[in-house]
This record gives sequence, structure tokens and C-alpha cells, in this order.
Amino acid sequence: MTRTPTRPLSPHLTIWKWGPHMAVSILHRITGAGLALVGGAVFVWWLYAAAEGPEAYAAFAGWATWKWALIVWIGLTWAFLQHLLSGLRHFVMDVGAGYALPVNKFWAWMTLVWAVLLTAALWAYIIYWRLGA
Amino acid sequence: MTDARTDPAPLPVAAEAAPARAAAAHDEAGADWGHERLLSAATLALFVWLAVSLWRLPAFDQATVTQWLRTPLAAVPMLLLILVTFKHLKLGLIVVVEDYVHEAGSKLVWLVLIKFAAIFAAALAAFCVLKIALGAGAG
Repeated sequence: MTRTPTRPLSPHLTIWKWGPHMAVSILHRITGAGLALVGGAVFVWWLYAAAEGPEAYAAFAGWATWKWALIVWIGLTWAFLQHLLSGLRHFVMDVGAGYALPVNKFWAWMTLVWAVLLTAALWAYIIYWRLGA
Repeated sequence: MTDARTDPAPLPVAAEAAPARAAAAHDEAGADWGHERLLSAATLALFVWLAVSLWRLPAFDQATVTQWLRTPLAAVPMLLLILVTFKHLKLGLIVVVEDYVHEAGSKLVWLVLIKFAAIFAAALAAFCVLKIALGAGAG
């Protein structure tokens, strides 16, 4: 590529000051990819084990109830909620609303905050009330 | 052959066809855009159904799960969820690869891999639901 070194480069990723809207945008892709790969694999494994029989299901259940698998479950829950909430934000933006910068940044923050709050609330409920830990 | 300068007939035809082709491409892009949003909305609705259904299940052991999946009102939404979710997931991963993988060869490999894997996973999951719903001992 030819360019004149004395002329400035077009603004690119590295020169922007990070804001919540940019974080949410890239998180939508990261959580989407994570849900697709990890969530997709767990989902198919669960259905396969259920169709295959008690032994295969016991293997799945053994992994699913392993204490370190909790990290995967909580991670998937957060990724799901973050992707869902920023997806809803995209629906609003698709109809042409919410582009004014203060509004746009506010709702970007809201998706980040609510994804964490809902994940924490759900797992606090499951761990303390359902599992009786 | 007549010279283009003395035979202006092909020009107006081409001039008419170009905007028509552009409009067709535009409509197609618009249809894709709308289709993707509809797909997202369907994914959302079916995951709300799945979350509520799982919340209402008394347990997650094999007997409870398969008994639940044998009912038509569980098997059918589950099949739709598989169809819609793997389509959504495939389109999403394709966008990510198209934006971040720049080398033509590896881009092609990734795109083919994503399409094959998504369709295989969806077919496997759907077959498992059908096996549970229609298999021996069902009913």
C-alpha cells in the first residue's frame, strides 16, 4: 500500500478513547462467539446424552455438576445475558433511536450493569436456595 | 455491426437495466437485513421458552428430561430452537471471520468449517430430540 508518510493516517482503533458503547459492541461479538462455541457444544452434548441413554447422561451430569463446571455455567449465563441485552439495544438502534451520544452511552452502560446484576442474582438464588449451599 | 455512435439503441436498455439490477440487489440486502432481525427475535423468543421450561422442570435427570421432550409442546419448540439458533450462530460466526480473518485461504477454510460444523451440530441435536420424542418407549 502506498501512502504519504507526511500525511496523517485515517483514525483507527488505537487512537479512540474507549467508551462503554465500544466495549459493548466488541463484547457482543465475543459473547456471541463464546456462546456459539461453548454453549453450542454443551447444548448438543446434553441432548446427545439424553438421547443416548443413562450411561451417557451420567457422564454429562458428572461434568455438569463438577464444581469447576460452575465457572462455565456462570460464564455462559453472563455471556447469554450480555448478548441478549446488547441484542435488544441493537433492536432499538435498528429502528433509528438511541444514537445521541449520552443516550447511546447510557444504554451501553445499562447492558453491562444489568448483565452482571442478573447473572449474580440468578446464581445466588440457585446456589443458596436451590442447591442449599 | 453498426458503430455505437450511430446506433444508440443499446444504450437506453443498459441504462434502464443498471438501476433495475441495483434495485434488485438493494431489495435482496434489505430482505437479508430483515431476515436476520427476525431470526434474532425468534432466537430470543425460543430461549425465553427454554429458560422458563427448564425453570419449571422438577429435576434435570435423564428420565425427567426425556419425559418432558416426548411431549409435542416441548419437542416442537426445541426443534425450532435448534433450527433458528444454529442458523443465527452460523451467520454470526461468519461475520466475525469475514471481519477479522484477512488472508483469503484461511478465511475460506474457516467459513467452510463454520458452515459444516453448524449444520452437523444442528442435525445431530435435532435427530436426538426426534429420537427421544419418537423413539422406542416414547408415549
